[in-house]
Amino acid sequence: MALVRIALAGEGGQGVQSIAEILAEAAYNENQQALYIPNFGLEQRGGVSIAFLQFSDKRIGAPKFQKADIVIALSERAVARTISYSGAETLYVYDSSFKVEAEELPQQAKQIIALPAIDTANNELHPRVFNIIIMGAVIGLSNVVSFEAAKAALEHKLGYKFEKDPKLRELNFKALEIGREMAEKSLKEGVAINA
Amino acid sequence: MAVQAIPKSWYLPSKPHKFCPGCGHGIVLKALGEVIDELEIQDQVIFGCDIGCSLLSWNFFACDSTQTHHGRTTPVMVGIKRSRPELVCVGYMGDGGGYSIGSQHLLNSAVRNEKVTLILVNNTNYGMTGGQMAPTTLPGQKTETSPYGRDPELTGYPTMGPEFIAQLTPDSAYVARATVSKYKQLKKYIKSALRNQMEGNGFSFVEVLSTCPTNWRTNAQQTWNFLEDEMEKYFPVGELKTPFGKGDK
Amino acid sequence: MERVIGESKKSFMTGNEAAAWACLAAGADIMFGYPITPQNEIMHYWTRMAPKYGKGFLQTEDELSAGFTVCGGVQSGKKAFTATAGPGNVLMQEPFGMAEAMRLPLLAIIQQRGGPSSGTVVYSQQEVSLTTYGGNGEGHRIVYSTSTHQEIFDYIIKGFNTAWKFRFPVFILGDGYQAKMREPLEMYDPESRGIKMEEAYPLIGLGGKIGQDRGPSHLCNIYSLEEELYEVITKVQAEYDALAPQITEYDEKFCEDADIILVTHGVVSRAADDAVKALRAQGIKAGYFRPITLRPFPQQELRAAIAKSGAKKLLIAESAIGQLERLVKQEIYGETVKIETLFMPGVGIIESDLIDKVKSVL
Repeated sequence: MALVRIALAGEGGQGVQSIAEILAEAAYNENQQALYIPNFGLEQRGGVSIAFLQFSDKRIGAPKFQKADIVIALSERAVARTISYSGAETLYVYDSSFKVEAEELPQQAKQIIALPAIDTANNELHPRVFNIIIMGAVIGLSNVVSFEAAKAALEHKLGYKFEKDPKLRELNFKALEIGREMAEKSLKEGVAINA
Repeated sequence: MAVQAIPKSWYLPSKPHKFCPGCGHGIVLKALGEVIDELEIQDQVIFGCDIGCSLLSWNFFACDSTQTHHGRTTPVMVGIKRSRPELVCVGYMGDGGGYSIGSQHLLNSAVRNEKVTLILVNNTNYGMTGGQMAPTTLPGQKTETSPYGRDPELTGYPTMGPEFIAQLTPDSAYVARATVSKYKQLKKYIKSALRNQMEGNGFSFVEVLSTCPTNWRTNAQQTWNFLEDEMEKYFPVGELKTPFGKGDK
Repeated sequence: MERVIGESKKSFMTGNEAAAWACLAAGADIMFGYPITPQNEIMHYWTRMAPKYGKGFLQTEDELSAGFTVCGGVQSGKKAFTATAGPGNVLMQEPFGMAEAMRLPLLAIIQQRGGPSSGTVVYSQQEVSLTTYGGNGEGHRIVYSTSTHQEIFDYIIKGFNTAWKFRFPVFILGDGYQAKMREPLEMYDPESRGIKMEEAYPLIGLGGKIGQDRGPSHLCNIYSLEEELYEVITKVQAEYDALAPQITEYDEKFCEDADIILVTHGVVSRAADDAVKALRAQGIKAGYFRPITLRPFPQQELRAAIAKSGAKKLLIAESAIGQLERLVKQEIYGETVKIETLFMPGVGIIESDLIDKVKSVL
């Protein structure tokens, strides 16, 4: 697999760093090279939490990057914070519930995608699996890890909770599946823009 | 004081020592040497000396010894003790090293009840650097950096070391203030401070009131008067905290 | 020595975690440390593992104390280490000076953050000058600049050995990115790779009866006379110079016919490696030179790379303003190769930054 660079950004507590870690570990377990670095320190406290992820079949170079292949902004603040990571080749993803004007979105992107992840989590699943929907969406957009590896990594990370409440496993796997389908669908329907 | 033989734990090639005539360091180090002999710990002692006049003791003993930096003897001793608890670590420092530049180490090692023994010589000034004001300089006392006398309005009152260390330490610590004018008591306190470490009880600290005729610019009588009439009145001598029971030998 | 890892183990973790494991695998006895970002997790992992393996830890009152307790631990014959960053590295220069003066083989892991002052807690390469030549001395120390988690692991193990073999303080110079990012590495017990770990030995607390078996050990770092100090420093310098060829390490690629050689260190060399390959693919003859030891510096090797390539230019790139550049200039004084620079203090440098810069100067 050629190098794929992903920036996930959201508010503290949305689980951005958790899914980044799970995705990176899943890729590592599939014998890929993976590199994950969070933003940390002062900016992270009360600011937007960003996870920088890179996947490749070759050794990965610099830990951060300026333009991502995929940017996913999980809050309105995160949209403003991540515009600079969007370039002419970037799939830029945000939630369709955000009240953002067109000029607040990146002027440069290969495609801008609005996913109904928050509504789906709240109305069809459970608010706590919002981040798992996003994790599924990353897979749907990029195939950086196989669906099976993602499930295995989730099991590895949350297995102790699943043991206590098997319904939770079902809920998480469903969220992963819905996220992937949502992303694949939007890719097909999407209109390429090049502003 | 009776004239006694030179302590076995002294290192003879470094004698005669280099302290000024009338300086109290020699008395403190004699007491320490005798205690090391009596406790038979010459081969277990690690002697660490600070920078300042206390440095002149760096090869005073036929014990394994290390120089450190100004104020940093305490952490070096803590590092050794934490790494090799079977050693008996004795830090030797002045009032500037202990109460000023190294005060954070003194305070925090006391709070942690580190199993080390610290001996701090209080002669109310920075001797090695030429007689500047120290944390222990008495109100009104003239030094090179308080030429009109220490003004507590500008520079505060003397640090009461054993008093604040006693507040910070648990009951297993040993805290005392001695004076070179009372040799038997001085020796007893140093011995208790070493025994307390050897028995694994806790932090052991002895401040010793001492003389500095060179920087005080005093003759023999004036020197002794300043120690007994001024210093010992301001800084009460005695044991502030002892697990052995006061008056115990 | 107890094997703490057993069979070689592929792992995916942060650099700080890898550092703690490496210290354990290297047989380190005790850590003294004080919290500062971005090195904290080295302490976190060490404190979790230490009791299980009979190892020591003390959280000191500040970095001065952490540095001096490490000095004491080493004097007593234990493999003692610390980790710090930024202002903590500044404070530790005082105890590091004592380690230089007394030849104390301590090991310190430095995870560089932004400066000056409190700077950022994130990343930089701005502690190069401080870590190589900090303090009131002559830089009698060994500094390894790592670029991957595998190297953090490898060079910590090697660093303990270099320290105790040659009796110089050793520094593992990482940065906040290396500290916090997760990537794969393979951990191992040194013995399983045929690496013999040097034994630690005491400088004081030597045992035996003083006066019968031996004399007292009096360790010294201050001298009465200028001439005494001169003699000691001159002797240490001569030893350092003589040992340097055994210690110096570097990495070099594509320098045989290079028109321009990229000189980088640490994490930036990952981007340089990619940039040089990309430039070659575009027909631009770029070379790659990376000092792994910043002290001692691979001076002869860099001069040789310049000579054999006939390169007209060096591009020195770093996340600082000229700290590596100054090292390079002093080491290759007299070379006529033109020096170009890319200075990005406190931020990462990526492949495209380097490619663009090379194209703009060729």
